[in-house]
Amino acid sequence: MTTAGNILGAPPRQQPAPARVPVRRDARPAAIPSVLDEPAVAGVWRTGLVAAAAWLALGVLTVWWPNREVGFSDWNFTQEFGIGAIAVAIALGVVALLGARAGRLGRKLRPAGQWLVAAPLLLALWEALTAKLGLLPPPFFAPPQSLLDVAVEDWARLGLSTAHSLRLLAHGFVLGALVGFATGVWIGWSRIAGYWVHPLLRFLGPVPASALLPLAFFFAPSSYAAAVFLVGLATFFPVAVLTWSGVASVNKSYYDVARTLGATEWFLVLRVAVPAALPQVFVGLFMGLGASFSVLVTAEMMGVKAGLGWYLQWAQGWAAYPNMYAALLVMAVLCSGLITLLFKVRDRALSWQKGTVKW
Amino acid sequence: MVSTASIAQAGARIDIQAVSHWFRQQQGGVLQVLDGIDLQVRAGEFVALLGPSGCGKSTLLRLVAGLEPATTGRITQDDAPIARPDPSRIVVFQDPTLYPWRSVWDNVALGLQARGLLKSQRGRVDDALALVGLSDFAKSFPHQLSGGMAQRVALARALVNDPQLLVLDEPLGKLDSLTRIAMQSELVNLWQRAGFSALLVTHDVEEALFLANRVIVLSDRPARITAELVVDLPYPRHRGHPRLAALRHEALQHLGLDATW
Repeated sequence: MTTAGNILGAPPRQQPAPARVPVRRDARPAAIPSVLDEPAVAGVWRTGLVAAAAWLALGVLTVWWPNREVGFSDWNFTQEFGIGAIAVAIALGVVALLGARAGRLGRKLRPAGQWLVAAPLLLALWEALTAKLGLLPPPFFAPPQSLLDVAVEDWARLGLSTAHSLRLLAHGFVLGALVGFATGVWIGWSRIAGYWVHPLLRFLGPVPASALLPLAFFFAPSSYAAAVFLVGLATFFPVAVLTWSGVASVNKSYYDVARTLGATEWFLVLRVAVPAALPQVFVGLFMGLGASFSVLVTAEMMGVKAGLGWYLQWAQGWAAYPNMYAALLVMAVLCSGLITLLFKVRDRALSWQKGTVKW
Repeated sequence: MVSTASIAQAGARIDIQAVSHWFRQQQGGVLQVLDGIDLQVRAGEFVALLGPSGCGKSTLLRLVAGLEPATTGRITQDDAPIARPDPSRIVVFQDPTLYPWRSVWDNVALGLQARGLLKSQRGRVDDALALVGLSDFAKSFPHQLSGGMAQRVALARALVNDPQLLVLDEPLGKLDSLTRIAMQSELVNLWQRAGFSALLVTHDVEEALFLANRVIVLSDRPARITAELVVDLPYPRHRGHPRLAALRHEALQHLGLDATW
């Protein structure tokens, strides 16, 4: 018999008896399995111990390996730096040995464990190449303790410069962001503004704000006003462009729905277009903040007689390189701090988008 | 329960007289989508427009909502010409189109807020949410809702305005079939309680017959009215009723799809 015959001649296939699924009528959910419990951090924190050892090594190396003579008085604060490193080592050692009993501090430090090992090793390398071996020659290179020296000796001037920079940045950034946002909404919404202003923005916007420095110092009533204008301009362009593109790309049915619900033109702009464009606006603010840092420092170096840019210039003029490094460090902390702050604000404002809403 | 006083209001009468509509196309030329539509929606009536996709049904809804003016012809609401969108005629679209940055409560409140009534009538938002059974989700955000829940929020957002006409543009089109069946019954319920007129666009024959007093069958583009089916069954209806099956056969005949019957 052929296969076909087999199939044709075969008796109709019996449906297999359905396997009965147990039907549950009680609605009580199962107890939460223990797998889902918070993992307990027990015992000694090993990476912490390694980190403590590394910090100890840094301290010992700094204190007991004599600095190389370089023809002028010795580096200040060598002892203090070494002792500080040993203190960190002791603190880390205690936290590591306490393990789970170290509480919140222990839990916060744990993820940074490997950085806590790497940092002292890098510092030790830096210390060895500068103060101990003199392979990187002074005055262009300075050991870590010289930053301490600057912080202690020159904190007043450094602090004042930081305050000046912050003030200039705040004025320029806020002004540029506000004007940029308003312009972006305006050209995104109004057909006339789109026709007349948008081409201007596209043509003049990409010109680096620092290129206008000579012009600004010439026209503005004071160098501070010129710097505010330039910082504002650097912020303005990305904020305006991204706000515009955000407003222009809003889903058209958002407007239809709002219009049928009785929305006025103002309502459409403020309650539909602006919130819908907000994610883009924050990208613009982020880019604007980055651009404003760069213009800020340039303006302070060129004409404004205060601020971190001026401090850098001044330190270089006196060949006070440790001061320069200290100023750069302050600048790094300042800029990354401000960007972190911006992102925190964004996460809060856009919590609906990220899906991390808490209530 | 919702206080019926705040919701109930007489439905609007809509007269569509000799309405034809053309679109200007991007690449030049014009495209006719509606051809001489004459239709009356009586006060409190539920009318369904049934037709093949792309035939121009949704365009007719946009004209009735006042989102666009008709090229020729006249559309009136209780004898007043419709020129612009008005909160007495609310549209529920196929996509719920909730505003993702607003909580469910704020989405429902949008109409009242837009008309400056929110401060005095906050309670109506809670009522509307209760009406669609979503009071517990007032503080949720749209991305946390299922498709059916989102569409119920869109319904609440429409109903909070006490519309005299509810314009429904395939509001259940994207829901799964189980949710859809449940929502159809809810829709009938809401309509019976609130007393608004309803104009529904759908290409689901069963849905049209289950919901509407009258089903208007439209032709391919440009849309013309090819048939009118009066569904003379009381509410709540039963899907298995033989009269519905007969009407369904008839509707499919008008649509040229009765070969599968």
